[in-house]
Amino acid sequence: MAEELLVDVRSVSFSYGRRPILKGIDMRVPRGKVVAIMGASGSGKTTLLRAIGGQLKPSAGSIRVAGEDISQLDADGLYALRRRMSMLFQFGALFTDMDVFENVAFPLREHTDLPESMIRDLVLMKLEAVGMRGAHRLRPAELSGGMARRVALARAVVLDPTLVMYDEPFAGLDPIALGVIGQLVRKLNDALGATSIVVSHDVVESLHIVDYLYFISEGVIVGEGTPDEIRASTHPYVRQFVHGGGEGPVAFHYPARPYAADVGLAGKAGHA
Amino acid sequence: MERTTIDLWFGAFVTAGFVALLVLALKVGNLGAERATQTYRVEARFENIGGLKVRGPVRSAGVLVGRVADIKFDNERFQAQVTLALDSRYAWPKDTSASILTSGLLGETYIGLEAGAEDKKLAAGDRIQITQSAVVLEKLISQLLFSKAQEAPAPSTPAPASPKK
Amino acid sequence: MLDVRRPLARLGHNFIEGLWRVGSMARFFALVIASSATSFVRFRLVMREVYYSGVLSLIIIIVSGLFIGMVLGLQGFQTLQKYGATESIGVLVALSLTRELGPVVSAILFAARAGSAITAEIGLMKTTEQLTAMDMMAVSPMARVIAPRFWAGIISMPILSLLFSAMGVFGGYIVGVVLIGVDNGAFWSQMQAAVEFRYDVLNGLLKAFVFGVAVTVIATFEGYDAPPTAEGVSGATTRTVVTSALVILALDLVLTAFMLRPDA
Repeated sequence: MAEELLVDVRSVSFSYGRRPILKGIDMRVPRGKVVAIMGASGSGKTTLLRAIGGQLKPSAGSIRVAGEDISQLDADGLYALRRRMSMLFQFGALFTDMDVFENVAFPLREHTDLPESMIRDLVLMKLEAVGMRGAHRLRPAELSGGMARRVALARAVVLDPTLVMYDEPFAGLDPIALGVIGQLVRKLNDALGATSIVVSHDVVESLHIVDYLYFISEGVIVGEGTPDEIRASTHPYVRQFVHGGGEGPVAFHYPARPYAADVGLAGKAGHA
Repeated sequence: MERTTIDLWFGAFVTAGFVALLVLALKVGNLGAERATQTYRVEARFENIGGLKVRGPVRSAGVLVGRVADIKFDNERFQAQVTLALDSRYAWPKDTSASILTSGLLGETYIGLEAGAEDKKLAAGDRIQITQSAVVLEKLISQLLFSKAQEAPAPSTPAPASPKK
Repeated sequence: MLDVRRPLARLGHNFIEGLWRVGSMARFFALVIASSATSFVRFRLVMREVYYSGVLSLIIIIVSGLFIGMVLGLQGFQTLQKYGATESIGVLVALSLTRELGPVVSAILFAARAGSAITAEIGLMKTTEQLTAMDMMAVSPMARVIAPRFWAGIISMPILSLLFSAMGVFGGYIVGVVLIGVDNGAFWSQMQAAVEFRYDVLNGLLKAFVFGVAVTVIATFEGYDAPPTAEGVSGATTRTVVTSALVILALDLVLTAFMLRPDA
């Protein structure tokens, strides 16, 4: 089990003001694997992703990416490390003042001195890989959600990154687009020899494409394992998540006082 | 280097701004008129310069022929010492007189030069000997009142009601 | 018994909030300056923003300048007529514009048109995570997005102020000479005698420059600081225009007081 770890998260805690979001997270992402971080909305998974990307500094613990502690880097060091990472945002986050081609070409123009002809070839190649080469002159406003996300994916892989992070890549997509994105995540990871971290709450697709999963609930890891292990898991939270349903450790109701009291059925104890 | 329309617009914009600056400087302001001419300086002393300011006009026969270069106070004579910068193209006789005048009631104060009769001309550094100070309105009014009071007929015969001696 | 505690607390809170903003804005300003190297190396970025904030503001500036000059001509004529000084109409129009109205009005119009656009654009980029995405791609959004807009505003503002004043003088000319019939020669010669390049035109230009810095800092800061929601961005856009207008007028007071020259 001496695989090299690309991302090593140790006892990471993070609070937003006085509200703790992450409480002592341990996570290991081996090189070349696709790892999913799953959990309900508000469980802290996006926060964890941002911490791995260096956007947030944990209040405790360490995050090592490619051997470097990302929270201790200065601005230059952080940017140097980020040139080997990329992130796909939930709605694509394409630059609205440029067309598709320019969006994908952006990292190349900013970080390399390649001649225009090479840039053109690379951009079209990446767009071909995600199936959007024909749309290279369109503007982001003219793309559907799924198309925009595919273009953003092309932009994310244009510099052949070592680590690719996905923030809810499947959210809000129709089944076909969903399947396409899932396939692309897997294929690009293997083709580029990269490592991927996918934050999602789409269980079916994640089980389909990833090598390992982590389950987060209220800031702590409550379960982890390979897809087979997860499917067979008897852990109540994992079971509730994988098989859906309102009954289980995760409550349906937002914390509130007793219903009877709210609708005035508490008898004489009720307020005027 | 690829040229885009942005370059064109940027260039046009900056040029328009520069042109506006030139227009404001030369046509609206007085930048051009001043520096162009060569001048020579003469002095003149006045009892009272009134509202004369530095850079005020110097006119002869109504034409602008120079500017007031400097105004100083002579502490020994207790007079105003004015330096005039006159256009080098023109020369005045040595006995030319300088008067402080105002153009109209609300107009600005200027120095008017009236040419004398001598052959010799004023040169740089010379002093205009004959000067006429500014007319201070208050003094004029008080003078007028005073002279009116003097003109008024004095009571000539005593009143008839006075008792006989 | 009137409860003054709540309004007082709110007033105090707003005041403290205001102080926070001023401090944040100052720190933001320092950051923008520190990130400005890219703007000079890749001047194309600045030029593009000069097009969007400067060139596209030309219409409103030129038309407003023309109208204000014409109104000054009309209003001034009425009063000057009483003193038989109608030939000084050019003086009135030119001095009002170069000293005050040119810099101040064009700065307020610039804040309304270009400043609000900058705030909205940056705020929306923040809301749609474009700025974060850029940051994750190891490109500093300060250097690539904010600073070019800042320098573009500083370049555009004085140019727009000059154009405003020039158009205003032209408007005064149209009303005074063409429409009313003041003597053409007297109009221009009186104006030229009264307007001094260094004192009036250059001071006006200095004011425009200072206003440009103020408006652009406010506009970029409000956009960058806007909460990433629809209400957040719209509130920020409104704040840009209102704050800019107030700051411009306050700075105008201070600068005018400094620039007042005692008569020789």
